[in-house]
Amino acid sequence: MHVVVCIKQVPDSAQIRVHPVTNTIMRQGVPTIINPYDLFALEEALRLRDVHGGEVTAVTMGPPMAEDSLRKALTYGADRAVLLTDRYFAGSDTLATSFALSQAIAKIGETFGAPDIVFTGKQTIDGDTAQVGPGIAKRLDLLQLTYVSKICSLDLDAREIKVDRRSEGGTQMLQSRLPCLITMLEGTNEIRRGSLDDALRAARSQIVKWSAADAGIEDLSKCGLRGSPTVVKRVFAPTARVEKAEQITTTDKALSDVADELIVEIFSRQPALEHELAFDASA
Amino acid sequence: MTLTANQETPPPAVGRAGMKKELPEQFKDYRHVWVFIEVERENIHPVSFELLGEGRKLADKLGVKLAGVVLGPPGDATQQAIAEAFAYGADVAYLVEHPLLADYRNEPFTKALTNLVATYKPEILLLGATTLGRDLAGSVATTLLTGLTADCTELDVDADGSLAATRPTFGGSLLCTIYTLNCRPQMATVRPRVMAMPQRMNKPIGCVIQHGVPMLEEEIVTKVLGFLSDVQSTNSNLAYADVVVGGGLGLGTSENLKLVKNLARVIGAEYGCSRPLVQKGWMPADRQIGQTGKTIRPKLYIAAGISGAIQHRVGVGGADLIVAINTDPNAPIFDFAHLGVVTDAIRFLPALTDVFTHRLSPHSRDKLAN
Repeated sequence: MHVVVCIKQVPDSAQIRVHPVTNTIMRQGVPTIINPYDLFALEEALRLRDVHGGEVTAVTMGPPMAEDSLRKALTYGADRAVLLTDRYFAGSDTLATSFALSQAIAKIGETFGAPDIVFTGKQTIDGDTAQVGPGIAKRLDLLQLTYVSKICSLDLDAREIKVDRRSEGGTQMLQSRLPCLITMLEGTNEIRRGSLDDALRAARSQIVKWSAADAGIEDLSKCGLRGSPTVVKRVFAPTARVEKAEQITTTDKALSDVADELIVEIFSRQPALEHELAFDASA
Repeated sequence: MTLTANQETPPPAVGRAGMKKELPEQFKDYRHVWVFIEVERENIHPVSFELLGEGRKLADKLGVKLAGVVLGPPGDATQQAIAEAFAYGADVAYLVEHPLLADYRNEPFTKALTNLVATYKPEILLLGATTLGRDLAGSVATTLLTGLTADCTELDVDADGSLAATRPTFGGSLLCTIYTLNCRPQMATVRPRVMAMPQRMNKPIGCVIQHGVPMLEEEIVTKVLGFLSDVQSTNSNLAYADVVVGGGLGLGTSENLKLVKNLARVIGAEYGCSRPLVQKGWMPADRQIGQTGKTIRPKLYIAAGISGAIQHRVGVGGADLIVAINTDPNAPIFDFAHLGVVTDAIRFLPALTDVFTHRLSPHSRDKLAN
């Protein structure tokens, strides 16, 4: 089988700092990582390959430096990596991104064999939209299975897949067909440490680099800013609260006295709450 | 089987220079504000009402009608959803009633909503940023080749009538305002609990527009084999809790989470955590509070051992009163909390739990004794 995994190189948002005076993002020196949600997708793809045979292709759209993330995917055990990079993609919103990636995936299909499953993470940690996966599915006319928590069974001969899917009130058990697009929920598997063999292979591997033209994209007006119906008009810092938290002092006091003081302060600010809490606690 | 990418003609392209709006002719008669009323397994998601409240304001500014959109199987739940849409401010309801819309599946829902939009042409379409809403919105927007802005925290209409959708970016440290140019409808999703819940009115049912969409089960590939409901309280009701206690890495070990749970039990609160705890596997993902977890809007939020990264701030900014307990006086949480105690949460939480227990009802003391 052939599984394609879409990954994205993102800034490690845990390490992004906002400049205290200018309120701008300090991006210098912020390390990049593979979007953490995509790792669950990659791991699931590798597991399916390990059981059913075949190949895993990792693909990303991004600047040339996104090659680092693809090489990392190879060290985890992906068989092949494709970097879609072109200045025409700059400024893509989710609609333009899903267009470019769907074209690249179609080209991957022509070149290396049609994928049975396309995986993505449930969302990225920088954009947080969860829109690109469904967008790719629609563009490629793939069946769409989002927020998948478990792949219960896969029958390659019958082209049938059964999955558990997270919904608001519980878990849906779905049966669908291949080819399909799956967005993987976090915490669904444990991400492997790549083997030494994989690390050596990754170091030697060539990353396939495609421009828009290489991926067979003829209409560049569907890419980048020009292909994006949404436009960011304004970026601004949230209004910061002026005062810091009022501190309850703790020096020379028993913790129970501090707690008492805190509770008095809470109820003086939220008078209605005391009765509600008492009611809840007695319920 | 080969995959072929869909290369349909998109709307006229715009660059940065294309900020001036010249709406193509085919979109000029798009009017009114629509809110998708989310019904899953006979439950109306409260985010639908929050969106109706927000949609009402947009519709009034634009001088157009507010509509609720209900997709569902024939039956009481669907009728109830329509009645509730009116009670929360809709002027009109669009209804696609079909047995195939009983359980949520992407294919029939995308078909029904896309068909409704193409027929009745709304200018603005809002959905909840729930698992269902995001799954559906992404498919519908791509099918219609229109813009979709995710997880908005603020919606407004600007001077020329465009939807200005504001959302957090860069992990919540900045906000950006996004416009959908040259395409209709303008679509946005909004997270549960970000918009305030409007007042429910007692209103008779208004105008319901029934719309038939031909669908056959044979055409729908995906089948629902079963549904496992989140039975007991292990699955949280965080987003709608009035009081929440959150735990962070400052708790040191997963065993210390019981300190958070004990306090939550005594004051009748829900409990949650910051992202690192989910990554460590100490708590399930549905209890994560923050940008990639749940947005909460409680009357009281107690953050224990949470440093307050920007992602966490995004998720708790709507709380009425934030109390932070942390050993580090410079932790960012003190920049947005209202009350702070610089101390070790591991030692302080038991004390706080005790004092609350005595302060609250005798019943809670009895309960704890057992």
